[in-house]
Amino acid sequence: MPSIRIAPLILASGLLLGAFPAAAEDTDFQLVIREHKFVPAEITVPARKKIKLVIENQDATAEEFESHELNREKVVPPKGKITIFVGPLEPGRYPFFGEFHKETAKGVLIAK
Amino acid sequence: MLAIAILVFREVLEAALVVSVVFAATRGVPGREHWIGSGIAAGVLGSVAVALSAGVIADAAAGMGQELFNAVVLFAAVVMIAWHAIWMATHGRQLSLQLQALGSEVSVGHRPLVALLLVVALAVLREGSEVVLFLFAQVAGGSGWVDIASGIALGVAGGCAIGFALYFGLLRIPIRHFFTATNWLLLLLAAGMASQGARFLVQADLLPSLGPRLWDTSMVLSDRSLLGQTLHALIGYDARPAGVQVLFYVVTGALIVIGMRLWGKPRRRVPGAH
Repeated sequence: MPSIRIAPLILASGLLLGAFPAAAEDTDFQLVIREHKFVPAEITVPARKKIKLVIENQDATAEEFESHELNREKVVPPKGKITIFVGPLEPGRYPFFGEFHKETAKGVLIAK
Repeated sequence: MLAIAILVFREVLEAALVVSVVFAATRGVPGREHWIGSGIAAGVLGSVAVALSAGVIADAAAGMGQELFNAVVLFAAVVMIAWHAIWMATHGRQLSLQLQALGSEVSVGHRPLVALLLVVALAVLREGSEVVLFLFAQVAGGSGWVDIASGIALGVAGGCAIGFALYFGLLRIPIRHFFTATNWLLLLLAAGMASQGARFLVQADLLPSLGPRLWDTSMVLSDRSLLGQTLHALIGYDARPAGVQVLFYVVTGALIVIGMRLWGKPRRRVPGAH
């Protein structure tokens, strides 16, 4: 019976998911994608604090927000709005880019 | 065209590596081409469907639909791989013996090929939906059809070439160790997917990060390099993992090992009892 074999795995992942309630306090920061560019291209956020990035895509085409430094990636649908949680970050520069329009969609998040 | 080729290559590569491991792990199973092929086809169709509903998915679950969707897809694949790996631990020895005796075709019991079909389909779907969204954007952005078509062709060819290279590399493993090796590869694949799934849940603020950046090895091996990305797809390499990702990685790997030990022991029963 395969279902019996995988049951402990499902149970364990369920326990892990339920075990840690997520913290609630965060700060909001807005970014806009317009003509395949991030506006503003530079955004300053507080360091050592979990922050909430809200990205609005005003273009008619999809974009993918991506940052290796932040270890984040998320598709931003055409005319859509998405939210990404990052941090708490150590002070520093964290570049990000739009995977679908790399030549123009570039930006950096600065944690201070 | 080059930009299109590179993006398509990166996405196809990740899916192709998963398919290669699965294809190797099903060595000697009659009709496996049919199963894997169906998985790829289902994944491609699913990619288009997911890309078309990107807006709906993104808006679902209070804006966290994308993360939840990705996490569910990854965890589903983890469970399927675990099921197969544990099954193989119980039957792998017999398979190896039969392969040695017969040379090629074997059939021991009913392998959970549906599980692996789903793993292939889900891997193709995850990477494919990004390609489709990107291509939509390219078309809307006025890229020429020749550019798009040749970009796709180059990217797919390049990604598949590395997949084939991995497959034929794996075939060089001596047959007596072959299924042990592919089973460990499947285990690492599953652990890596669990870690990626955890990352999406952290991104959605549904899991605490337990340290947003446990270590940073990007100076040694960047995720973006070909090797880094290959290892990312195969064994879940992450240059800057969150603590909870490492926890998920270790726990998933440990659970599968425990499962293999628990159910994988040779049973001293009367022959034919299973």
